[in-house]
Amino acid sequence: MKRLLLGDRVTVCATGTLLLMLVAAVVVPFFASHDPLAIGDVIALRLVPPFSHDSGGTWHLLGTDRFGRDLFVRMMLAARVSLALGVGGSLLAAAIGTFVGALAAWRGGIADRISMAIADALLAIPRLVLLLVCAALWQPGLLTVLIVLGATGWMGVARIVRGEVLGVRARPFVDAAHALGVSHWRVLWRHVLPNAIGPAIVATTLGVGNAILLESGLSFLGLGIQPPRPSWGNMIAGGRDLIVVAPWVALAPGIALIVTVLAVTLLGDRLRDSLAGQRAPFARQLAERS
Amino acid sequence: MQNELSVVVRRLAGSLVLFWLVVTIIFVLIRMAPGDPAEFLVPPTAAAGDAARLRADLGLDRPLTVQYARWAGAVVRGNLGESFSSRQPVSRLLLDAAPVSFALGGISLLLTFLIGVPVGMLQAAHRDRALDRIATVLTTTVYAAPTFWIALALVALFTYGAATYGLPAALRLPAFGIRTPGDVLHGWAGIVDLARHAVLPVATLAAVGAAGIARYSRSAVADVLQDGWVGTARSKGAPVSRIYGLHVLRNIMPQLVVLGALSLPGLVAGSVFVESVFAWPGLGRTMLVAIQARDYPVVMGVTVFYAAAVIFANFAADIALPLFDPRRASRAT
Repeated sequence: MKRLLLGDRVTVCATGTLLLMLVAAVVVPFFASHDPLAIGDVIALRLVPPFSHDSGGTWHLLGTDRFGRDLFVRMMLAARVSLALGVGGSLLAAAIGTFVGALAAWRGGIADRISMAIADALLAIPRLVLLLVCAALWQPGLLTVLIVLGATGWMGVARIVRGEVLGVRARPFVDAAHALGVSHWRVLWRHVLPNAIGPAIVATTLGVGNAILLESGLSFLGLGIQPPRPSWGNMIAGGRDLIVVAPWVALAPGIALIVTVLAVTLLGDRLRDSLAGQRAPFARQLAERS
Repeated sequence: MQNELSVVVRRLAGSLVLFWLVVTIIFVLIRMAPGDPAEFLVPPTAAAGDAARLRADLGLDRPLTVQYARWAGAVVRGNLGESFSSRQPVSRLLLDAAPVSFALGGISLLLTFLIGVPVGMLQAAHRDRALDRIATVLTTTVYAAPTFWIALALVALFTYGAATYGLPAALRLPAFGIRTPGDVLHGWAGIVDLARHAVLPVATLAAVGAAGIARYSRSAVADVLQDGWVGTARSKGAPVSRIYGLHVLRNIMPQLVVLGALSLPGLVAGSVFVESVFAWPGLGRTMLVAIQARDYPVVMGVTVFYAAAVIFANFAADIALPLFDPRRASRAT
């Protein structure tokens, strides 16, 4: 594990980028000279281009938006939401998926068939469409997005965990544990799951990037995080009709988004490669991407 | 033959069961949601009883089981109901929007593979060298970028950028709609106008898709290149174009077929954003508009349509897979 984290340049860069983003997201808004949500003298401050001073003499790294708010500070404020939802959403999905997958494999029979049929059916609906339907039906907001990300993302993990549990439970040490009189649930929890969880962790890591993208997509379409609370998606949406006169308003938040998703994806790729011992076979990669 | 036929029948039955499950899940989901569409539809000046009358009119006051039976029965007959807001049949709305989405998605999918596979091959051939590194950075970045951001970036480039840096007028591409409003163009002028409007949407979708395909085909080709026969072909003096264009391509063909089916959900998602950004009157936009208006039948209709497309694509890929598998083909002879 230590070699995995330190021995590889890509991993170091990706981890460093994510840590930097995290620290900046926490720290930057505290040091902002102006409240990132407050709207000041709009006419004087709005649409200042990147790397320049506004009429009040304040320097803006990425310029200002249509209300004269500093884009960089808002971007970092948005990073809190996007990172939290990305990680939270995929953890929730992983928890549901692990529970369903383990139970399906462990109980077998009708429970297995029903849960896998539901997973298949949900996988047949493009996830964005499923997200749109769910997010649109309930009140848009932080909690809705979190729950919906969990509810639409568990199927992949469930199938992976199910497969792994089925494989592990056929191994002799599981029989041994049973023979020693260890209770059914304890065998699953203490002996089977820890041996079956590796691929699910990889899928969850790769899922974080996906969840961040989906959250931004929902917010972009107005069905996720609602302004004035900034998220990368709704910031991009906010600059959409300014794209011809002030493209930085829409494009700047996307750079933070791309850098973050890139870092998470690279980290997930490396994690997968090291867990698999080598490059994962093609079919496995396909299965993880859902 | 008997055996293969039974496999096809079994797959088909499985797909139909899956479709029925999807239809049921969508129904449950939508009816679980709070909010009453009748409230949205009556004008603010309506009398007190109007909402109730409308609810009865739309069948929303019946028990859920009755609504479900009615809906499922209608779906089987190909009738997806009537839009709450426009009062047109949902199937009519879908048929109007589908050609736009099909054209957009079809051309993009084609370009996705025509660009993605060769790029992946090139990377695998130059594995871990500068070319591969650069291409990996590029594809991974595009892969990590949200579709709507790429779309907006292209718009910025070809409107703001083209104006600021004085690019020729031909490069100032339209970024809104499907044809120039006001002008009624015929013949060639109309086609050129449509094509110019299509450049940015298609480029967005194709870029996103090709980045993903390139990532997958790079690793698929790298796997194939480790096989001994590649060395044999090389030592025989077979030209590189023949090795890659014929042998390697044939070996990754089954994976590409699967990939084609699997890339459909991503394509759907991408087209929702692209149609939203570029204001193309396709299925994605129809769905977004319906979601905002709580037009349940249209939302259900589009979702059912998308799911049917995904299920059909998977079924087709399953059936077609043996045809593309060279090992299977050689065994049959």
